[in-house]
Amino acid sequence: MKSFLPVVAATVVLAVLQLLLGTSEYFVYLTSLVGVNVVLAVSLNIINGMTGQFSIGHAGFMAVGAYVAGTTSLILKDDQLSFLPPAVSDQLFLLLALLLGGGTAGLFGFLVGLPSLRLRGDYLAIVTLGFGEIIRVVIQNSDGLSKSLGAVPGLSLVGSFVGKFGGALGVSGVPQRSTFFMVWFWVFVLVLLARRLADSSHGRWLKAIREDEVAAEAMGVDTTSYKVRAFVVSSFFAGIAGGLFAHFVPIINPGSFTFVKSMEVVVMIVAGGLGSTTGAIVAAVFLTLLPEGLRSLFLQLGGGDASLAQKVDQVRMPIYGVLLVLIMLTRSQGLFGTHEAWDLWKRRKPAEAKA
Amino acid sequence: MSPEALGKRPPREGLLEVDDLFVSYGPIAALKGVTLSVGQGEVVALIGANGAGKTSTLRAVSGLVKPAKGAVRFKGQALTGLKANQVVAKGLAHAPEGRGIFPNLTVQENLDLGAWLRKDGDAIAGDLEKCFSLFPRLKERRAQLAGTLSGGEQQMLAISRALMSRPTLLLLDEPSLGLAPQVTQTIFRILKDVNAQGMSILLVEQNAHLALGLAHWAYVLETGTLVLQGTGQELLASEAIRKAYLGE
Repeated sequence: MKSFLPVVAATVVLAVLQLLLGTSEYFVYLTSLVGVNVVLAVSLNIINGMTGQFSIGHAGFMAVGAYVAGTTSLILKDDQLSFLPPAVSDQLFLLLALLLGGGTAGLFGFLVGLPSLRLRGDYLAIVTLGFGEIIRVVIQNSDGLSKSLGAVPGLSLVGSFVGKFGGALGVSGVPQRSTFFMVWFWVFVLVLLARRLADSSHGRWLKAIREDEVAAEAMGVDTTSYKVRAFVVSSFFAGIAGGLFAHFVPIINPGSFTFVKSMEVVVMIVAGGLGSTTGAIVAAVFLTLLPEGLRSLFLQLGGGDASLAQKVDQVRMPIYGVLLVLIMLTRSQGLFGTHEAWDLWKRRKPAEAKA
Repeated sequence: MSPEALGKRPPREGLLEVDDLFVSYGPIAALKGVTLSVGQGEVVALIGANGAGKTSTLRAVSGLVKPAKGAVRFKGQALTGLKANQVVAKGLAHAPEGRGIFPNLTVQENLDLGAWLRKDGDAIAGDLEKCFSLFPRLKERRAQLAGTLSGGEQQMLAISRALMSRPTLLLLDEPSLGLAPQVTQTIFRILKDVNAQGMSILLVEQNAHLALGLAHWAYVLETGTLVLQGTGQELLASEAIRKAYLGE
């Protein structure tokens, strides 16, 4: 019962915030963007930070989630649960789409992770990069894939589903059902899970793999199995993030899920400190708001000329690069190292109790 | 093919049998037919120069590398083909070379990981106390990150962690590596106590003097093949060993 208490409390707080602020469009857009990036960073941190496996294909799993969830919602656009208020019914359909998207991404994580997690270090990085790109390129050519799948008996349904991906043009018209509440509900669920995982024996085994894989194996840890599990959880949440993303942007296309997106998430967790959930959150929030801040700064510099502000996206990566170099020079373990904000609180508590 | 034997080995109940073991890394053969055995309650040392195949033998026994040929039997059961994590469950604990502790976990967490396959919570607590009585230094530092320990303490931790799985056979790879002579002697004294309590040990060591002093039986390995075996005392006295490994 105790473990459900934080979820209930968070639900209430988020619902109140939703009622108070949920109507401001810019606020919802910005917080959704931040929330999606937090989910991406914290989930990547489970595999890269806690387990020490360097994966750089997170955008691929995000794409799977975005396309599956987005297309599901598109198909179910006009359905309503008549016994519920329309807003609530929308949220339930969104939840269903997200779970489908996350589940499919998790399945892809399993399929990719099973062969590739036997590799170590750079080799794993190359393979995950490759798979991320393969997923994107396959979606880009979804029309052909849809025809081929449609020709296979029993898979015609999957074929027509993939047919809605729209190739390079992408999917538009996904109902904009994403809300502040839904995004931050998932942020909360993931952070809670990451925190509990880090403190659990399961998490300790993951950390043992990070510290010394051979020694962990010599202790009797089935390293491949634990790495795959971490990878599946990580991919599932990347899929959730993608699903949420699909429900507040006007269009999703393969261009949103390139290698650059994967690197963005890697930069977040490296800057925040590999292995620190707090670091991932702080860096994700900061690096998401940074371009927004730059955009309004450029708007002022340009005297209201929007063309300068639009260049923000082009200078974003160089700025990330400089930031990362600076952090590596001055604090190579990242902002938080492997520390967590809640550890401070935990450490202070017994001290106070003694005093 | 068994090498020449110096001295007579007292008969013991068999525990580990390695039969004609071959290990290769790509085109390079590390072991070319190694046959050895460890009896119940026995300390067996495997000595030899760098690159002789000592570590490869241990790694093949504990399943960290797949042998190209040959068989490993433990308590009469074949271990060949099992993965490292399955071998641990059979009662072999491997303290790998270079200590292999988890530097960013605490001493306590390292020890907990050693016991991770076990379900008997009460007995684990008892074994933890036993480890702390063997190595009181670890008890003082149980909340400290293992990476901040001194080399000797790290080695103590590696041995304790292996003991925490309550093994029947302890595989130790170079416990003296990079340690001050005094610390090494402490560790070997403790290993003697551990063995006196009934633990069987297969020890790989470059420090032939210390290893032979502790071992009931020892094998000498040269470029992947066993060239000599005998009781620790006989080998220590042997002319060839004194020349090749003891620098006399």
